[in-house]
Amino acid sequence: MKTALTILRRIASAVPSLVGVVVVTFLLARALPGDPAAYYAGSSATPESIASIRAHLGLDRPLPAQFVDYVVRLFNGDLGMSVSSGKPVAEDLTTRLPASIELTGMALVFALVIGLPLGVIAATRPGRMADHVCRLIVTVGAAFPTFFVALMLMFVFYYKLGIAPEPLGRLSDIYYSLPPPVTGLLLVDTLIAGDLPAFVGALAQLALPSISLGLFALAPIARMTRAAMLTALSSDYCRTARAMGLSSGRIVFGYALRNALLPIVNVLGMVFSFLLGANVLVEQVFAWPGIGAYAVNAVIASDYAAVQGFVLMMAILYVLLNLAVDLIATAIDPRVRYDG
Amino acid sequence: MRTELMSAASVPTEHPAAGHARVPLLDVAGLTLDFETRSGRVKALDDVGFTLQKGEILGIVGESGSGKSVLSYAIMGLLNEAARLTAERLTFNGLDLAAGTTDLAALRGRELSMIFQSPRTALNPIRRVGEQIADVLVRHGPMPRAQARDEAVAALARVRIPDPKARARAYPFELSGGMCQRVMIAMALACRPALLIADEPTTGLDVTTQAVVMDLIRDIVDDTHMAAILITHDLALAGEYADRLMVMHAGHVVETAPTEALLADPRHPYTRRLFAATPTADTTLDTLSTVPGRLPDLRRVLLPCRFAGRCDRHQPECDAGPVPVVPVGIDHCVRCRVPT
Repeated sequence: MKTALTILRRIASAVPSLVGVVVVTFLLARALPGDPAAYYAGSSATPESIASIRAHLGLDRPLPAQFVDYVVRLFNGDLGMSVSSGKPVAEDLTTRLPASIELTGMALVFALVIGLPLGVIAATRPGRMADHVCRLIVTVGAAFPTFFVALMLMFVFYYKLGIAPEPLGRLSDIYYSLPPPVTGLLLVDTLIAGDLPAFVGALAQLALPSISLGLFALAPIARMTRAAMLTALSSDYCRTARAMGLSSGRIVFGYALRNALLPIVNVLGMVFSFLLGANVLVEQVFAWPGIGAYAVNAVIASDYAAVQGFVLMMAILYVLLNLAVDLIATAIDPRVRYDG
Repeated sequence: MRTELMSAASVPTEHPAAGHARVPLLDVAGLTLDFETRSGRVKALDDVGFTLQKGEILGIVGESGSGKSVLSYAIMGLLNEAARLTAERLTFNGLDLAAGTTDLAALRGRELSMIFQSPRTALNPIRRVGEQIADVLVRHGPMPRAQARDEAVAALARVRIPDPKARARAYPFELSGGMCQRVMIAMALACRPALLIADEPTTGLDVTTQAVVMDLIRDIVDDTHMAAILITHDLALAGEYADRLMVMHAGHVVETAPTEALLADPRHPYTRRLFAATPTADTTLDTLSTVPGRLPDLRRVLLPCRFAGRCDRHQPECDAGPVPVVPVGIDHCVRCRVPT
């Protein structure tokens, strides 16, 4: 009961942030340089045609009126038309977001599967060989730019070894029948459709881009895990556990890691939202139809509606992500449930 | 040789639990402990020796940094990798604790147990206290988890925690400091060990709770013939609950005696100073004195008498070679060339 109340209160506290996000995105898009009406009208447009387009898009009206308009349409799920793609922004985003989420999610899974054990091993043997190896891997992972790693991986695994599929976006509809879109995540949709070869195909397409991206996320995760584990292992309760003769496995995993998870989960939330926006380069290199590339094009084209829609979606995602992180923290740490 | 004197002198104790001359439960002689650190070798303990009988409470007294806690860690085998431990004798129930052949982790929590100061942080913050006690029972029982849970409730009942069944489901932050310390004691005694080391068990607790906790330890020792080591900087507390006192200064044992003898007639200059620095009912801030000077830096080359720099009875001969431990009464020894 108390827990449910805490969760409800936490969800309610996200509302003001969302309102702020709507206001800021609206103003931000208006502050961008460039005239979308001029872009839309093309190079051979006359001042009259530009003015008529401006009136058609509602850009000639005062800012507050435009804002009210914007909010009303927002509540109807209308993010406006993209000037560059000619399709509703909401549609563009919903088709492209799952691709980015799938890529980022897999990158994070990769980073976790490698980073978490790496951090734990380094923390249990500080100053030893394993610790140095961990530091080396982490530094290399963070030092090389993502696009460089992406190109290297592509060169080795696709061009030289030929074990990776063609780096041309997601599942190719030439070789596979695409599953009916349910979640938009191909890994999930292919499983729902029961199409195992397509699942494997989707996974193969995902492998290289998500590893490129995941290497970048490896550093903060491994570092945070190491630091949190060192703190936990030198804590009073771990000393107690040792004094009670508990096995080292129980101390490391049952006591230290569970306590260390709290800061790790916090970092995970940040890393995830950061990656979601920052995977533009990887998406470009692998022709991945995600939102990163979409956003860049929108900014270049002064595509107000698309930029607004993108920023709004990212902000909402960020708020939701923080909510998720808080809820996970609540599940891990009983003390959180009773705070304010 | 010096330590022989001390342990030989401690055999004929007058403690009521002492019947005929027996093998001591804990027998320490010539224990020396150094830490290899970046800033040099820290000579933490030098030539420490004492014995402990079943049913006896030994109070170890000294200011912070005198080596009390580290001595208990040495006995428990909880030292870190920087520690270099040597001992002529370090036996517990006939088992050689220093040899490395004894599986200390199997003994800890079952035969040798320990409780710490600040009980709130000494317990795992995100695990129910009953489960933490059950962890110890599962490890050493060994017994199935369900049985361990019931035993944990029984252990809580033995330390006079009201409504133990409900308290077993509490998290440490939901309990008071005194309650947490009782949980710690319940955990330490769950497997009915032969020796309990209490490291500043009442620090941070209010005075009435201190008495409750100490009375509890005293009663358990009386009931079960367990032995206990009470580590404290509070001479008054040690005087009230311990059968014998051992005063430590800068890694040396400077005086050992039955409690009454030591309180009545302290012979080492440091012990005298310590007495003068202990507040009693009729001391005021003006009459309360301090021990002048500070502990010597244990990384430096040390004088044979580590109290020399602070001693008002210091003689030239004090610096001539190791200071012998000399008997000055029944079971009363002093490490001083010019005892008062």
